[in-house]
Amino acid sequence: MEAHVERLEKVWAEPAGIVSFLTSVDHKRIGIRYLFTAFAFFVAAGIEALVMRAQLARPREGLVSPETFDQLFSLHGTTMIFLFVTPMLSGFGNYLVPLMIGARDMAFPRLNALSYWIFLASGLFIYSSVPFGLAPNDGWFNYVPLSEKAFTPDKNIDFYALGLIFITISTTAGAANFIVTIFKLRAPGMSINRMPLFCWAVLATSFAVIFALPSLTVANTMLELERNWGFHFFQPAHGGDPLLWQHLFWIFGHPDVYIIFLPAIGIVSSVVPVFSRRSIVGYEWLALATVLTGIVGFGVWVHHMFATGLPQISMTFFSAASFMIVIPSGIQIFAWLATMLTGRPVLKTPFLYVLGFVVVFVIGGLTGVMFAAVPFDQQTTDSYFVVAHFHYVLFGGAVFPIFAGVHYWFPKMSGRMYHELAGQVSFWLVFVGFNLTFFPMHVSGLLGMPRRVYTYPSGLGWDAYNLLSTIGSGVLAAGILVIVLNVLWSLRRGAPALSDPWGGNTLEWSTSSPPPHFNFPVIPIVRSADPNWDLEDRRQDALRLERGELLLVDGHQTLATTVLEGEAEEELHMPSESIWPFVLALAFSVVFFGLLLHLYGVATLGCILVAGSIAGWHRPQRELQDQ
Amino acid sequence: MTTVAYARRATEPTTEAAPRSASNGWWGMVLLVATEGTLFAVLLASYFYVRFKTSGGWPPDGIADPKLLRAFVMTVLLTASSFFMYAAESGIRRGRQRALVLGLGAAFLLGLAFLGLQIWETVVVARELTPRTDAYGSLFFTVTGAHSAHLVAGLLLMAWIQVRAWFGVYSQRRHLGVQMAAIYWYFVVAVQLAIFVSLYLTPRI
Repeated sequence: MEAHVERLEKVWAEPAGIVSFLTSVDHKRIGIRYLFTAFAFFVAAGIEALVMRAQLARPREGLVSPETFDQLFSLHGTTMIFLFVTPMLSGFGNYLVPLMIGARDMAFPRLNALSYWIFLASGLFIYSSVPFGLAPNDGWFNYVPLSEKAFTPDKNIDFYALGLIFITISTTAGAANFIVTIFKLRAPGMSINRMPLFCWAVLATSFAVIFALPSLTVANTMLELERNWGFHFFQPAHGGDPLLWQHLFWIFGHPDVYIIFLPAIGIVSSVVPVFSRRSIVGYEWLALATVLTGIVGFGVWVHHMFATGLPQISMTFFSAASFMIVIPSGIQIFAWLATMLTGRPVLKTPFLYVLGFVVVFVIGGLTGVMFAAVPFDQQTTDSYFVVAHFHYVLFGGAVFPIFAGVHYWFPKMSGRMYHELAGQVSFWLVFVGFNLTFFPMHVSGLLGMPRRVYTYPSGLGWDAYNLLSTIGSGVLAAGILVIVLNVLWSLRRGAPALSDPWGGNTLEWSTSSPPPHFNFPVIPIVRSADPNWDLEDRRQDALRLERGELLLVDGHQTLATTVLEGEAEEELHMPSESIWPFVLALAFSVVFFGLLLHLYGVATLGCILVAGSIAGWHRPQRELQDQ
Repeated sequence: MTTVAYARRATEPTTEAAPRSASNGWWGMVLLVATEGTLFAVLLASYFYVRFKTSGGWPPDGIADPKLLRAFVMTVLLTASSFFMYAAESGIRRGRQRALVLGLGAAFLLGLAFLGLQIWETVVVARELTPRTDAYGSLFFTVTGAHSAHLVAGLLLMAWIQVRAWFGVYSQRRHLGVQMAAIYWYFVVAVQLAIFVSLYLTPRI
């Protein structure tokens, strides 16, 4: 047995050092990089938000100019959506999906490395606008005609459009990787109806990405062609239509809300059963609700456009579809509540964040139902009521679960426990701070305060609500600071974590904390949806390790299984470290900076570098190529 | 007893027999085609959106209907190439190297002929209509240009597979590369059919 593990160590070990840093394909290292990078962007977006709240603390404040304010809210939204929430959840998916399904890596480890490097490069691409004062300044959904050359002649919009096309490559590649990993690399016996709900959520999200993101790419490509190449898509004077942008953007944008939300509820479905000490109620219902949300999410985009003068009949259709989405959300909420009520809840930090999520998300969901009614939507559109609503849904629906996940999996990732009291303090600061910031916005919105204004006159009855919001944002920031300090302190000083500090039900808790490079010394065999609670099965794994069965020690190997039943099929040889993903991401950066600066020679050179890198990546090795 | 039987079945990967379900590479290519196919669906949807928002004729006044003959020949050539691709793929599935090399070669040449005609077509159309003329021209050239880019990628992929086939890399059991190139090529052909119907035939309705 020792010999087997030693051999696995040797095969999978990645040496320390800069070369290994650039060539690593270990899904756990890549996952943690995703988490750290995304969190850095979260801090940047948070600082932008605090500056905005300071500016709005009182009427006629002159802290920032209107132009800067435009850039602040545009960059804040763009960062939160594209550079924080989506990649943060990709980070959890990267780290956890192979561990939860009993695999040793993702299906395409090098593509996985590429996804990360492109995410980093595109994030830096967008943020490289900041020192020049050219950050995106037309809101995160960048409506034409304001974003056209005639009205925004500088490069602010080009940073936005090219940056988003760039990051789309990363997200799409990552989604395809998740789908194939979940379909093909599950442990033997993990049929699709025994898969952890987190994996269901990642699967539904990834399919949504595959079909939603092309619309964003098309919209931004058209905008770039129109701005810089003299094409016409959105100008009525030249036969175009500005509403085309809105349709294309929201055909992507609304599914994107679920791309953000679904993995977050996957985290909730992971935390709830473990801290309620029982199997989740209605597993099949939750899995189906997840898939249904992903699908119906494609049929509701027009509810972002109720105020644009569309025909009544199409508004009725989209209004009905928007009401429909309440059904799967309701199923999920009641399944979680039933699990909590029939279990014996343990009120640790991750569970507190989940409870906070339920409260906040239900409020956000209720205002969401209000928007599905066309007349109400038309009254409140573009007011602070909308700002309040989507922060309840997105901060409540995604960021609270992310914080739950950070605390829940911290012991697994770091091998140390976080400080429980600090964790609970952070929860109460975040919960109170969040509600204090965003609840008053419902009222100021109903009192008529429009969103995106850089200041307002006194005497409109908005002053007190804005001051409350600003105070709340300070409390919220303090809570997030406590989380950061807790993580930094615990990384060095935290008590050592056992492999399974929570009594978890999924396979990541069956291996050591942090897991070895090869995840599992022996590929586990699974017979239920709570595999780590099947003590007999885990004992059988240990026996097979003794006997030397299903160890797969000849190179980077993992086991492929069938898509539905999860029956063992063949041993796969996975590619090992490579520098090409990093080089390819650099080559893509050359292309995008060339396009941005109108240096088309440089862009062409970049394309050649891209082709060369792809060729270098795929030069025959007879490894993965012809399985 | 059942436990033992199950464990036996699960711990013995069937490496000897050919895999029963599709491989990782197959899934990867199918997902790539799915997302790229969506891209073209969105582009064509934009084309029809602008068309139905335009009052008066289509193409807009003063622009002639697109000429059918060359585009028809192009579509026929590309469709024919997909049959050769299929012959190559089903050939190697039975272990026939000759069928693989000849099929790939014919498909590649037909694809190349299509590309030549596409360039000619673009030059001819551009005499009257450019992307800067109006939204119709922009959409026409964006759709056909995006397709050409995918076609060139498909040709490069086929050339790569072709060279490897000459060296006898593929066999009856190991030919995932051929399978993946074929899936991509069928996608390129299918998009051309959609383009021919949308951009060339529907303006005449």
